[in-house]
Amino acid sequence: MDYSYTLLILLLPFILFLFIGLLGNKIKPEFSGMLGTTGIFVITVLSYFTAFNYFTNKTGEAYQAIEAFQFLWLPLTDKLIIHLGILLDPLSVMMLVVITTVSLMVHIYSLGYMKGEVGFARYYSFLSLFTFSMLGLVVATNIFEMYIFWELVGVSSYLLIGYYYERPSAVAAAKKAFIVTRFADLGFLIGILILSFYTNTFDFNLLTSVDGPAIAQPTTTIYLGMSITTWAMLLIFMGGAGKSAMFPLHIWLPDAMEGPTPVSALIHAATMVVAGVYLVARLFPIYHFTSPDSLDVIMYVGSFTSLFAAIIACSQLDIKRVLAFSTLSQIGYMMVALGVSGYGTEGLGYMASLFHLFTHAFFKALLFLGAGSVIHAVHSNLMTDMGGLKKYMPITHVTFLIACLTIAGIPPLSGFFSKDEILVAAYEHNKLVFAVQWLVAGLTAFYMFRLYFNIFWNSNREYHHTPHESPFTMTIPLIILAAASAFSGFVPFHNLVTSDGLPLHTEFHAMIAVPSVAVAIAGILISATLYFRKNSKPESIANSMSGVYTFIYHKFYIDEVYLFITHNIIFQFISRPVAWFDRHIVDGTMNLIGNTTVYFSGIIKRMQSGHVQWYIWYFTSGALLLVLLILYLN
Amino acid sequence: MNPLLILLLIPLLTLTGIALAKGTKQVRLVSAIGMSAQLLFAFAMLFLFYRERNSGNTDDMLFVSTTMWYETFNIQLKFGVDGISVSMIVLTAIVTFAGIFASWQMEHLTKEFFISLIILASGVFGFFISLDLFTMFLFYEMAVIPMYLLIGIWGSGPKEYSAMKLTLMLMGGSALLLVGLLGIYFNSAPDGGRLTFDLTEIAKVHIPRSAQLFFFPFTFIGFGVLGALFPFHTWSPDGHASAPTAVSMLHAGVLMKLGGYGCFRVAMYLLPEAAHSLAWIFILLTAISVVYGAFGAIWQKDLKYINAYSSVSHCGLVLFALLMMNETATTGAILQMISHGLMTALFFALIGMIYGRTHTRMINEMGGLMKVIPFLSVIYVIAGLASLGLPGLSGFVAEMTIFVGSFQHTDTFHRVATIVACSSIVITAVYILRVVGILLLGPITNNHYLELNDAQWFEKLSTVTLVTAIAIIGLTPFWLSDLVREPLAHMLQNLTNL
Amino acid sequence: MNLQAEIPLDYMIVLSTIVFFVGLLGVIIRRNLISMLMGVELMLNAVNINFVAFNHYLFPHRLEGHFFALIVMAIAAAEAAIAIALIINIYRQFATVNVDDVDELKY
Repeated sequence: MDYSYTLLILLLPFILFLFIGLLGNKIKPEFSGMLGTTGIFVITVLSYFTAFNYFTNKTGEAYQAIEAFQFLWLPLTDKLIIHLGILLDPLSVMMLVVITTVSLMVHIYSLGYMKGEVGFARYYSFLSLFTFSMLGLVVATNIFEMYIFWELVGVSSYLLIGYYYERPSAVAAAKKAFIVTRFADLGFLIGILILSFYTNTFDFNLLTSVDGPAIAQPTTTIYLGMSITTWAMLLIFMGGAGKSAMFPLHIWLPDAMEGPTPVSALIHAATMVVAGVYLVARLFPIYHFTSPDSLDVIMYVGSFTSLFAAIIACSQLDIKRVLAFSTLSQIGYMMVALGVSGYGTEGLGYMASLFHLFTHAFFKALLFLGAGSVIHAVHSNLMTDMGGLKKYMPITHVTFLIACLTIAGIPPLSGFFSKDEILVAAYEHNKLVFAVQWLVAGLTAFYMFRLYFNIFWNSNREYHHTPHESPFTMTIPLIILAAASAFSGFVPFHNLVTSDGLPLHTEFHAMIAVPSVAVAIAGILISATLYFRKNSKPESIANSMSGVYTFIYHKFYIDEVYLFITHNIIFQFISRPVAWFDRHIVDGTMNLIGNTTVYFSGIIKRMQSGHVQWYIWYFTSGALLLVLLILYLN
Repeated sequence: MNPLLILLLIPLLTLTGIALAKGTKQVRLVSAIGMSAQLLFAFAMLFLFYRERNSGNTDDMLFVSTTMWYETFNIQLKFGVDGISVSMIVLTAIVTFAGIFASWQMEHLTKEFFISLIILASGVFGFFISLDLFTMFLFYEMAVIPMYLLIGIWGSGPKEYSAMKLTLMLMGGSALLLVGLLGIYFNSAPDGGRLTFDLTEIAKVHIPRSAQLFFFPFTFIGFGVLGALFPFHTWSPDGHASAPTAVSMLHAGVLMKLGGYGCFRVAMYLLPEAAHSLAWIFILLTAISVVYGAFGAIWQKDLKYINAYSSVSHCGLVLFALLMMNETATTGAILQMISHGLMTALFFALIGMIYGRTHTRMINEMGGLMKVIPFLSVIYVIAGLASLGLPGLSGFVAEMTIFVGSFQHTDTFHRVATIVACSSIVITAVYILRVVGILLLGPITNNHYLELNDAQWFEKLSTVTLVTAIAIIGLTPFWLSDLVREPLAHMLQNLTNL
Repeated sequence: MNLQAEIPLDYMIVLSTIVFFVGLLGVIIRRNLISMLMGVELMLNAVNINFVAFNHYLFPHRLEGHFFALIVMAIAAAEAAIAIALIINIYRQFATVNVDDVDELKY
C-alpha cells in the first residue's frame, strides 16, 4: 500500500492555519469557518480511509509500522537526526481517527457556538493549528519530532485558552497552562537527551523494537540509586504527566476551562490531554523491558490522580470544572492501565488503556459539547443557575444522559467495555489499585449524575430568557458523538491495537463486571436521592463535614501551594534578589570601578592648583629625589 | 574584483550619498536604497558562496584576497569568508535593513544619525570578512565607537551615563583584547621567522602552551564583554535601555554576535590548548549567565531591560555552546547567534514602535494593546514565542541543537551544566508570557490607547522582514545547519587534534 | 697669582650651592612676582659661578665654561625682559603682582 497521501492529512490543516491566520480579517468570518470545517472534513475522510486501508491490509501475523513519509529536517549528530515523517501503526492510526473525528465535530459545533464572536477567523485558524500539531504528534516517527509537535500543541492550547484575551482570568489560565506544561516538558527534554545519548537514536522503530538499542542493550549505569534508563523514562513520563495533567502537575487543567467550551472538548478532554497516555503507550516496550519501576510509578500516579480528581469533582459547582476533574480521573484510569500492563499476550492493560482513550474521547467530547450547549442556553457555568432544563433542550438532554451513562460504565455503552478491561487488568496486577479504581467508578457515576440531575432535573426555576435548544450545527455533532459513545464499545479493539500488533485474546469476567456495574448503579442512585428533586440533603451533608468539604472544594489547596512556591519562592526569593544582585552588586562593582577612578583623579587633580610655587616645589623635590635615588643606586 | 570588497563599498557609497543628500527625506531614502542593495548583495554573496562550493572549491576560506598594508609589522588587508561569516553577513544585512526602516521617523539630526548607523554597520561587515587580526580589531573598534555617539546623542533616559558606561566597558574589553591579540602576534612565530597577524597562518602554528594559557583569558574576556559574558554584561541593560531603536537592534542583533564570533574564531581557534584547559571556568560563567539572565528578566518592569536580560541569557547560551567544543553544540551556537540576532532585533524594533505610541516602556503602565494595535501585538507574540523556543521558529532549532550537542559530553560536569542551561526554557517561558500577558492581553488600561494607530508601512516592512527570516530558519533549518557545520567541523579539528 | 692654592674648588661649589638655594627659596617663598624673578636670576648666577669655576679649575686651558656663562647672562637678560613684560601684563589683568592671586590655570 502506498500511504504517501497521508502527508495531506498533515499539510492541509497547516495550510489552513496559515491561510486563515494571514487572511482571516480580509475574508468573511463565516467563510473562514466553513473553510476550516471543510478542510477538517477532508482530512477526516482521509484518516478513515487510511485506517480502513491499514487495518484491512495486514501483511503477516502482526500489524507492522509503516513509515509513510520521511524528510530530513535537521541532522544533529551522525546518528541523532531529526526527521519529519509519518509513522503509521495501529496506535497512530487509531489516534488519527479519534482526533479527526472529534476535531470535525468541534469544528461543526463551533460554527454555531462561536457565531458572532469577535475573532471568529482567529479561532478557526488556531483550531487548524491545533489539529495540525496534534496529528503531527501522533504520527511522529521519532521522539524529537514528537517533542516538536508536543510543544506546538502546548502553544495552540495556550492560544486557545487565552482566546478571550481581554478577560484577565483567561490570560492567567493560559499562562498557567503553558508554564506548567513547559516545566513538565523540561523533564521530557532531559529525558530525551538521556535516552538518545545512550541509545544513539531518536527513531521510535529502533527505540521500541525488542532487539533495538534501548531494550536489547540497556545501559546499566546507575545514577543516584536508579538506573539511568529509569531516570530517562521517569523524566519522559514527567512530560507526559504535565500534558495529561497528572497529580501534581494537574493544576492547569481546571483553569484551562476559561477557553471556549468547544476548545475544552477538543483539547482538554479528547485529544491533547491524552498525549501523555499516548507517549507512554508509544514508548511502552522500553518502559516494560528496561524499567518496570517507572511503570509502577505511572500506575500509582494514575491511580492517585483518578481518586483525587474524582473526590474534587464531587464538590465543584462549575459544570466545566466538574468535567475537567472527571477528565483527570479518567486519564488516571488510562495511566493505571498502562502501569499494570504486561507486553504481548500479557498486554491487556495496554489495550484497555488505549481502548479507554478511544471511547473516552467520544463521550468526554460529548459531555463538553453538551455542557457548552447548556451554557450557550443559560449563559452561566454554575450548576446552581441551572435546573429543569430537560423540557427546554430535549436533544442536549438525551445526548448528555447517554454520555453520563457511558462514563458511569453502564452496559452496553462503550464506557462499560473499556473500563471493565482496565479493572480486569488492574485486578490481575495489583489488588489495592483495583480497589481504588473500583471505588472511583462509583464516585464517577455519582458526580456525573449529580451534574446531570442538577442541570436537567432538580428545581424548575424561572429563567430571564427562556432557554431554547441549540441550533442544528450544535446538535448534530452531539447526536453523532452520542452514537459514537454508545456503539464504539463494539469495535474489536483487542484485534487492532495491542502492544505487539498481534490480536489479543480477551474474555468477559463477570466477577469484575458485576461489582463495577453495581457500584456505578449505587452511585447513580445516591446521586438521584440527593439531586433528583430540590431538597436540603446535599447542603446538610456538606455542612456536617464542613471542614472536609471546604478542603475538597478548594481542590486540596494545591493551587495555593503552587502560588506560594512561584510567587514567594521563585519570584521573591530568586528572581528579585537576582535582579537586585545584578543592579547593585555586579553593576555596582562596575560603577565602583568607575567611581573609584573618579575619586582618585579628584585627589590627584588637586595638585594642579594653579600656584606656580607649588609646581616649583614639586619639581625641585622630584629632581632632588631622583638625584638621591641615583646616588643611592650607585 | 573580490566580491567581498563590495560589502564595504556599498556602505561607503551610501555614506557619500547621505553626506550629499539634503533634507530628512533624501537622507533616509539614500540609506534605505543603500541598505537594500546591501541586503540584496548579501544574498548574492550567499549564492556566490554556494556556487563556489558546489564547483568543487574546498578551501577553508573562499574569495580570499590579500594586500600588504603595513610591511613593518606584517599587517595585511586580508579578506575571506567561510560558511559562518557568510551567514553572519546575511544576518547583519537583514538587521541593518530592518533597522533603517525602524528609524524611519528619526527627525533629530537625521543625516548624522544615519551616517553613524552605517559606519557601525560597515564596521560589523568588515569584522566578519577580515582574516587579519589587526584589521579585525580595527573594524571591531569602528563598530563600537559610533555607539557612543548614537546613544549619547539620540538616546533617551540617562543617555550620557549609559553611553559612557557602554563605551568604557567595551573599551575595557578592547584593551584586554588588544593585549591578547598582541600576545598572539608576538607568539605567532615560535620557531623563528616572520611574526604575523594572519588568522589562517596562526592557526597552523603551535603557540607555546604557557603563552596560550596567559593570553587566552585576555582574548576570551575581551570578546566576551561584547558577548555579554557574566559578570561583564551590565553595560547591556543600561545601554539598550537608553539607545534609540535602530541602535538597540543593531547592537543586540549583530554587535553582540561579534563577541561570540571572536571568542570562537580568535580565542578558541588560535589558542586551542588553553581553551581546553580553561573552558570549565567559562562554562561555569556562561551557565550562570543563562539562568541568571533569565531570572533577572522576570523581575524587570522596563521592556528594554527585560529584553536586555533575556539577551544576556541567550548570548550566554551561545558562549556556553561554543565552549562545549563539539560539532553539534557549536553549530547550535552559530544558529543561536543568528536566531537571537533576528529575534532580539525584532523585539527592540517592536519595543521602539510601542514606545513611540504609548510613550512608556513600563509594562505595568500598559495593557490590552492587542485590541488597539493588533499587528504589532501579534508580531510581538510571534517574537516572544520564537524566544521561548517554539518549534517552527528559529529559537527552537538553535536551542535544541545546543542541548543535544552539549549533552554528548560524557562527564558529569558538562551534563549538569547542560541541564542547568536547559532549565532556562522554563524561565524564559515565564518572563515572555508575563510580558505578553500584561502588555498585550487583558483589558485596555488607558483610554487614550484607543486612539493609537497600528503599524505603518515602514514598520510593517521592518518587522515582517525579520519575522520571515525567523520563520524560514525555523521551518527549514537544515541548509543553515549544513552551511555552518562544514567550517566548524574543520575548525574543531584544530581544537581537538592537539 | 695662584688662586687654586688660596681658594679651593670646594669653596666655589659651596658658594654656588648657597646662592642657588637662596634663589630657589626666594622663588618658592616670595609671593611677589618681581622677587621671584630675582630669585630666578640668583639661581642663574649660581649656575654661572659653577660654569666659570669648573672651567677654571678643571680645564684651565679651555674657555667653554666662560662662554657658557656669557650666554647664560645674555639669555637671563632676555628672559628678564620677557618676564617683566609678562608681570606687567599680569598686573594689568589682575591688578596684583601677588602670585597666589594668579591661579587661573588650575584643574
